[in-house]
Amino acid sequence: MDIQTLTFIVVGATFALYIGIAIWARAGSTNDFYVAGGGVPPVANGMATAADWMSAASFISMAGLISYLGYDGSVYLMGWTGGYVLLALCLAPYLRKFGKFTVPDFIGDRYYSQTARTVAVFCAIVVSFTYIAGQMRGVGVVFSRFLEVDITTGVLIGMGMVYFYTLLGGMKGITYTQVAQYCILAFAYTVPAVFISFQMTGHLLPQTGFGATLADGSGAYLLERLDGLHQELGFAAYTEGSKATIDVFAITLALMVGTAGLPHVIIRFFTVPKVSDARRSGGWALVFIAVVYTTAPAIASITKTNIIDTINGPDQQGVMYENAPSWITNWEQTGLIQISDEARAGEEPMFFSGDERSNTNVDADIIVLASPEIGSLPNWVIALVAAGGVAAALSTSAGLLLVISSSVSHDLLKRTFKPNITDKQELLAARIAAGVAVLIGAYFGINPPGFVAEVVAFAFGLAAASFFPAIIMGIFHKRMNSTGAIAGMVTGIAFTLAYIIYFKFINPTAGPDEWFLQISPEGIGTVGMVLNFIVANIVLKFTKDAPEEIQEMVESIRYPQGAGEATGH
Amino acid sequence: MAFESQDHAKAYWKENLALMLKLLFVWALVSFGFGIFLVDVLNHIQFFGFKLGFWFAQQGAIYTFIVLIFIYIRQMNKLDKKYSVDEE
Repeated sequence: MDIQTLTFIVVGATFALYIGIAIWARAGSTNDFYVAGGGVPPVANGMATAADWMSAASFISMAGLISYLGYDGSVYLMGWTGGYVLLALCLAPYLRKFGKFTVPDFIGDRYYSQTARTVAVFCAIVVSFTYIAGQMRGVGVVFSRFLEVDITTGVLIGMGMVYFYTLLGGMKGITYTQVAQYCILAFAYTVPAVFISFQMTGHLLPQTGFGATLADGSGAYLLERLDGLHQELGFAAYTEGSKATIDVFAITLALMVGTAGLPHVIIRFFTVPKVSDARRSGGWALVFIAVVYTTAPAIASITKTNIIDTINGPDQQGVMYENAPSWITNWEQTGLIQISDEARAGEEPMFFSGDERSNTNVDADIIVLASPEIGSLPNWVIALVAAGGVAAALSTSAGLLLVISSSVSHDLLKRTFKPNITDKQELLAARIAAGVAVLIGAYFGINPPGFVAEVVAFAFGLAAASFFPAIIMGIFHKRMNSTGAIAGMVTGIAFTLAYIIYFKFINPTAGPDEWFLQISPEGIGTVGMVLNFIVANIVLKFTKDAPEEIQEMVESIRYPQGAGEATGH
Repeated sequence: MAFESQDHAKAYWKENLALMLKLLFVWALVSFGFGIFLVDVLNHIQFFGFKLGFWFAQQGAIYTFIVLIFIYIRQMNKLDKKYSVDEE
């Protein structure tokens, strides 16, 4: 059976599975729709959180990014996992005890202020739309590459799919489809990794494989060889970074606190029955994420070595195009591998390097997408990787869609403009809001704004500089009042936005010397967060402490006993 | 009031914070410490086929994070029982 038919069958089968789950998990009330009835077991919630968290970008691009950045790529590995420690220790149990549906709910009630709630809704919607545009693009790319439909059709199929099961099942449907999606994406990610690790080093575990000696009999360590190749070929050093230490620190911290402040991640912890389950599902989420995140750097270094050896030959003199393995010609057709005309005509050998000798350009996305072919794996593995990529994109989009729809129907409509609507009306509003959000998401997926890659920095920066400090102070600083919290959030957002806009759009050529303390726009959320904390505390000094009943409420969220189901009232 | 007394509430919170801060110290040590600020020093040490600092940044920190969360879960469940504020 050819690859394309097989891919259609595998992806089609996963779609049938998602639809089946959605029908089984129909939502009947707002409680079902927003927080899955509060009855999700912690391990299942951990898996759903992991699928929610790992996007098409994590699945397709992260390993490739690391293979090109080397040590500097560690910022993503530590940043996107370390945030879960903060979530499990400092946020999730308390927010679960607080027992409401959304993040703006917490901010609005804790700071007894509609202004605070509105600021939070604004941030939640901006952060989620920024993210979903990127996801939709990911769906389109995966569909077009593996199923050979055009990107528009791909986006429409993906959006239709997501909308169908979000509409029907709400959080409950999303949660259980995400569990299935996690299994598919983790399996699809690790299977090729095990194969290539075994081929290159004889280790079945990729995590130890990339620290082992090569199986070619040379006795050299894989990473030593990769470092040597990088030096020889004019790439940046692999195991030592080239970014400023302070910038690596700032980016890592911004990604960590940004992760802990992302509404679509936090909202997942409202779905478990108990406070202790919220802690537990934080732990499980990280276990499931770590399966992929500890495999990624292994894939990065093993496949990079493999690619260099395949294109340049074992003697590093280059290989003639006519002798190139079929994966090179296959991926050349997609434009992800570019080979100069001279090399193609056979006038000179192909050569892949980081300097002017290079006549072959390899896109970073190849590292994951082509890994089954590079490892000469059977066709069903390639079909599986396609289904994994689609699963990653769909699961994250669905989670984001739910945040947008609950922000509109719950935080804006129910809690701000029309407090008298019934549960049924609110549910209808949530479904309509999800529909509108899907259309806007699809529009951005088909007509991506040129700055999609840049705006991801916004999402983490904004979450780090706004939500994270406001929630932390809401729990650990019981005297913090509304004026302080709002002043802090506004300062944090304004500073972070201004810095990112200035250095990304107005003066994008500026380098580390012009940056504040050599911190890049990706890491500036860290500074925004610190400013938020400082401003909030200074304002608190000059204003009255939070009222007595709020302080009592804060004390009551500090211990688990008495946590009821999450509710909107 | 779910606690027996105000003192119990204070003691519970104090123990919770102490545990949290200890674990966050390790969290910062393995990531920002070993993985970032001390990475050049640790890279002089060979750990199997890895430079140690590089290993912490790409593997070790993540494993430590998992262990930290599970320690927290266990200790907090004990603490909840000790002050009888658990959910059973």
